Amino acid sequence: MAEMLLAELIKKEQLKPDIFKFSIKAPKIVEASKPGNFIEIRVTDQVEPFLRRPISIYNLNREEGILEFIFQVKGKGTKILSEKQEGEKIDIIGPLGYGTFNYENKENLAIIGGGIGVFPLYELAKCAKKENKKVNTYLGFRSQNFVVLEKEFEQVSDKLILTTDDGSYSQKGFAINYLEKDLEEGKIDSIYACGPLPMLKAVQKLAIEKQIPCQISLEEKMACGLGVCLGCAVKTAKSPKEAPEYWHVCKAGPVFNAKDVEI
Amino acid sequence: MNTQINFAGIKMKNPVTVASGTFGYGREFSQFFDLSKLGGIITKGTSLKPKSGNKPSRVCETASGMLNSIGLQNPGVEYFAENDLPFLRKQNTAIIVNACGSTIEEYVELCKILNTLDIDGVELNLSCPNVKAGCMAFGNTYEGVKTVTSSVRKVLDKPLIVKLTPNVTDIASIAKGVEDAGADGVSLINTLLGMKIDIYRKRPVLANNTGGLSGPAIKPVAVRMVYQVAQAVHIPILGMGGIVNGEDAIEFMLAGASAVSIGAGNFMNPYTSISTIVGIEDYMKKQGIEDIKEIIGKVEMN
Repeated sequence: MAEMLLAELIKKEQLKPDIFKFSIKAPKIVEASKPGNFIEIRVTDQVEPFLRRPISIYNLNREEGILEFIFQVKGKGTKILSEKQEGEKIDIIGPLGYGTFNYENKENLAIIGGGIGVFPLYELAKCAKKENKKVNTYLGFRSQNFVVLEKEFEQVSDKLILTTDDGSYSQKGFAINYLEKDLEEGKIDSIYACGPLPMLKAVQKLAIEKQIPCQISLEEKMACGLGVCLGCAVKTAKSPKEAPEYWHVCKAGPVFNAKDVEI
Repeated sequence: MNTQINFAGIKMKNPVTVASGTFGYGREFSQFFDLSKLGGIITKGTSLKPKSGNKPSRVCETASGMLNSIGLQNPGVEYFAENDLPFLRKQNTAIIVNACGSTIEEYVELCKILNTLDIDGVELNLSCPNVKAGCMAFGNTYEGVKTVTSSVRKVLDKPLIVKLTPNVTDIASIAKGVEDAGADGVSLINTLLGMKIDIYRKRPVLANNTGGLSGPAIKPVAVRMVYQVAQAVHIPILGMGGIVNGEDAIEFMLAGASAVSIGAGNFMNPYTSISTIVGIEDYMKKQGIEDIKEIIGKVEMN
């Protein structure tokens, strides 16, 4: 059950020149949210920009009813959002999405993220760790300048592998190569991924080959976020190319079983 | 103060409905407000057989609006009748089914089934710009509109509204085709055909290349067309195109609409339809209007 609310921005942090972390007071939404859910933000009370911005949830502070999200300034909507000041109200709808991360009956989790796709994985790692699951985290970034949340993920992971494509920080290469190694050693019983499409495709392929249950969090252009406009379509894995059928990221997702979707 | 409207034989407690394709079959919005507050709900475009829709990307934002090319994805009329209609019927508001097809035969078969269902009316979709066959192909000539509407009229006893495309030269003549075929009302406008190009990929943003433009960006075009149609026909008009508040709705009614629909405005804010109803009542109070019907078509031209 989603609700719309004007939530107070109680803390604003700039993590990078173009990446912001917002903490907002939204007790009911926090209570109803699960790892993997997202929110939709209307950045203005005017009609331009027209649509809400879907943004993943980074952290849920259930004691204080505080929801945290992190976003990159990419266009005019996120630019306006980044200019909000502490104390201002933010128009949000949430929690959205029915497909969320599920690690029930799993013990050895591999959490793999790339770039700004790492944000929705934090709440998952935090919850799993709290339930004494073994959390193996693999985060990939383009280069040193793009690395975010290293300390935060360290605290909620039993093991953290951080890679940069160019080797300018930590391990050189792709996060998936390290995941693959651990898979081969039989250390992993489930995979959870969010990141750029090439990374997700590689993780999906690997998981299917090794027959390891895998969930991936997807994004697609979206108008309503509620499941009515049917804009955010993603092809089902079972349907043939000539007669494609679709799930919707805001409804069946944003988290899908990797074997159910063709990306 | 009276906001009730009898639109084309459909009783509505106020003139505000929600437009096809922007409200699903109602369930998602019922988590935000009581649907009985609405004058009516026009369902997602529904066809005889299920349709899976177009390839993504299907939507993108544009200046004060958006483009969509969903391709009429819907579960088909049988699924609707079994799974969605029972829920909708309980909401104590008028239920109008938006009916789409790719051939005249399909429209007729669909409307035969709709005629047996417990619904208040049918909105015949002759205006979707995003499917290859049917719809807008029928909707852009007087003859095409008249032929499909007449065929449907023969099998449908319920109130029949025909939804028009704005992608025509002379909207008034098209509306005349609807009236001449014996329909009870006309609704307009559907989306305007548009395109957005990603200048870095040098390709259209939508997978279907073109899509339908909606939102406040199209409102002046819609108001003009509602006015033109109001001059040409005697059947009532359901006006829509970029309405996001009471003032917008009043503008359409002054131009000649007897009722209005909120479309893309539902995406911007799920409560847009409710605040539009409140806005209409505020206007009536301020202007000392007793009955909403008093303002229909009351614009005075310069």
